Amino acid sequence: MPDSPSDEVTDDAYEAPYDLAVIGAGCAGLAGAVTASELGLSVALLDASGQIGGQFYRRPAPALGAKRPEALHHDWSAFADLRGRLEASEVVHLAGHHVWAVTRGSEGGAGWAVHAVTGPDGGGDRPVRVRARTVLLATGAYERHLPFPGWTLPGVVGAGGAQAMMKSGLVLPGSRVVVAGSGPLLLAVASSLATAGAHVPAVVEASGYLGYARRPGVLAANPQKLVEALVHGAALLRYGVRLRTRSAVTEVHGSDRVEAVTVSRVDRDWRPVRGAGRRIACDALAVGHGLVPQTELATGLGCATRRTPDGAYALVLDGLQETSVPGLWAAGETGGIGGAQLARAEGDIAGIAVAARVYGQPALTRDGRVRKLQRRRDRMRAFADVMAAAHAPGPGWVRWPDDTTEVCRCEEVTAGAIREAVTDYGAHDARTVKLLTRAGMGWCQGRVCGAAVACLAAGPGDGSVPPSAERRPLAVPVPLGVLGALEPDDAGADSTGRPDATGPDPGAEQTS
Amino acid sequence: MVGAACAYYAARSGLSVTVLDRGPVAGGTTGAGEGNLLVSDKEPGPELDLALLSTRLWQALSGALSPRIEYETKGGLVVASDETGMAALRDFADRQERAGVTTEEVTGDRLRDLEPHLAPDLAGGFHYPQDAQVQPALAAAHLLRAADEQGSGRVRLRLGEEVTGVLTGAHGEVRGVRTVGGELHAPYVVNAAGVWGGEVARLAGVDLPVLPRRGFVLVTEPLPRVVRRKVYAADYVADVASGSAALQTSAVVEGTPAGPVLIGASRERVGFDRTLSVEVLRRLAAQATRLFPVLARIRAMRTYAGFRPYLPDHLPAIGLDPRVPGLLHACGHEGAGIGLAPGTGLIVARILSGEELPLDIEPFRPERFDGV
Repeated sequence: MPDSPSDEVTDDAYEAPYDLAVIGAGCAGLAGAVTASELGLSVALLDASGQIGGQFYRRPAPALGAKRPEALHHDWSAFADLRGRLEASEVVHLAGHHVWAVTRGSEGGAGWAVHAVTGPDGGGDRPVRVRARTVLLATGAYERHLPFPGWTLPGVVGAGGAQAMMKSGLVLPGSRVVVAGSGPLLLAVASSLATAGAHVPAVVEASGYLGYARRPGVLAANPQKLVEALVHGAALLRYGVRLRTRSAVTEVHGSDRVEAVTVSRVDRDWRPVRGAGRRIACDALAVGHGLVPQTELATGLGCATRRTPDGAYALVLDGLQETSVPGLWAAGETGGIGGAQLARAEGDIAGIAVAARVYGQPALTRDGRVRKLQRRRDRMRAFADVMAAAHAPGPGWVRWPDDTTEVCRCEEVTAGAIREAVTDYGAHDARTVKLLTRAGMGWCQGRVCGAAVACLAAGPGDGSVPPSAERRPLAVPVPLGVLGALEPDDAGADSTGRPDATGPDPGAEQTS
Repeated sequence: MVGAACAYYAARSGLSVTVLDRGPVAGGTTGAGEGNLLVSDKEPGPELDLALLSTRLWQALSGALSPRIEYETKGGLVVASDETGMAALRDFADRQERAGVTTEEVTGDRLRDLEPHLAPDLAGGFHYPQDAQVQPALAAAHLLRAADEQGSGRVRLRLGEEVTGVLTGAHGEVRGVRTVGGELHAPYVVNAAGVWGGEVARLAGVDLPVLPRRGFVLVTEPLPRVVRRKVYAADYVADVASGSAALQTSAVVEGTPAGPVLIGASRERVGFDRTLSVEVLRRLAAQATRLFPVLARIRAMRTYAGFRPYLPDHLPAIGLDPRVPGLLHACGHEGAGIGLAPGTGLIVARILSGEELPLDIEPFRPERFDGV
């Protein structure tokens, strides 16, 4: 594998288009890249990180000298397999490449241009443009956060963030850590924390687990998921971790950092049941309410989305992982949260499907291997849907934040300011709230607060209204000097140049 | 914004008003604009007269409305890179002076007194102290709320309710509108549908050729005040006045109270297509960093597209439509709708209440494109 972000490789990329550009080197992207490469395609694999593996196989930087990075990981052998195949392949790995947009290529809409900035934080001073006949989007997901009083205190970390701290920095967020929120990640995080030596006084899950029992057939078809749960459950039992379902952390206490949390019983809609708070002392809180597909590169190109059972938006994909825009494929969490095994299966399917398209040999997708992968995928997708429904945020959570609770941390917008925009100034959706309060206009571009703002914008009593599909025409910040130094030969090629007859679109974007 | 201004001034005249929008407050072009209140870019003529009227009205509104609308009399600075450009600017400013605009020539060596971060090699420029800015979505929301308070229930706001038809009587006169929620009766209907104003006109059976003219804005990370005024290059004026469908860009750079620097302005007629154009962003970034080299290190956080309601002669349609009695238009302000909104609203209110008009509205006749 020519593993190098060197000038030589990227300048070369300006000339000959790759058969496939894969964006994201997590489970889905790795599987797609090596599968396509093994079928003879020329493949560029772009990823913002310096290392492959994405979020799931995040691990310590080599400088930390970790002896057993696999200790905190499940399914390490699958990753070792992908890594070995990547090293043996001709895939060009472009590490440290932050993709900010994908646009149509210049030859009459055929092919794609992938625009990236380089460097550890995207501050590199040179634009990179990778041309490719096809693109596989494997950009993963980010954590959904729901605000409540005290959630901005130091010592409160995302559940996924806590996992990442342990996997990449071998660091614990605290010595006595409450784990709260909803979703299967909580059990995994609690079990990692306990194994790594932290005391976990409680795992607080807002939903019940009865949601799974409503679809026994799907459970029976996914025995490995039960095994995972049992593994985590056994670890929690071993360390004496108490699991509290239908409960939520509704307040964090402390002056400079976390000192304790209040755990309240909640009803089916996640509305706190009065007078039932219990205070638990701790020095950290790991809180997560599931994951949200990262789809902005795709929605910027007009890819269709679907609403998932937990109220997020995922890409609509066909049986071979292609989006609604021909030539653009997606795999893994971008098509709905489903985990690492599902991501690998989808990456494999996409890699084969892309090869079939590039070679003009649809028969490649009709053999037994693809059918088997599709069956596995469908089975795991069905489980993912059950999981999403079981842990969907209940509308009652909008009662957790009081008027002084910050919702948008970047722009310091409180729940009270959002409620005022709704009741007094006619905002009924996240975009108008953003225009009137600046919620979601800061550094994270609404990735942290978007779901919460959308629910609060829907007004009292209806926290279930979903955010609209993400639109972030710049997926990452780009220095103006880099933008201005792009080659002018892109002229006009990016605009689809549709005539004036195209229908009206009432949904404009945001202002300053 | 224009609809909010019409409601505000109509309510002040004692009329009862219902504001209908198929989307939320500021959901169209208002929410996608920079909030320019400019006289500097306008040729002497009817649009400049309307802009000067509106400038005075905005000043009064800024006292009446909450400071949260971010009204700032920041002033505009138009710069030229060479002596030829400077001569053209001088001529333009001279004619504007005679029409009532305040202009101040700034020599090349003095430019950086006004804008310390400007490129050192510019030939000079003109300062326009009357140019101002608001945050347009907040301004529209606050104006609607203020209209309601003044009229004590005279203004009703019905959002998310699309108008699907215009009701007419036996003699073709307007009787109200039909919406997805039912019929609404009124002797006057004001079409303030902005870039969709042509569609509403069509519902009333008349033609108004409003077309979308797309613009992108680049928004940077928050900064301390690096750019104090609204700064743009002299070729912006020519781009605004052009009728071409092809892409034109000329950087308009300005800071905001919230911190980010906004960079416009591109113009192209490509229908309602929001697809990101890397070429537009490249040009805007190159032109902005040419004016302010310090911005090269600064990151663009996001970008968005908006659609200016464009009429072929670059003038809005304001006033009664003689083809349908009772129908008024207040749309087609292209990129100047925020700035021209109060003047437009005042004119509409004066027509409705039969009072004297603040200026001659003959050039804004809505039926002027018939038979063209």
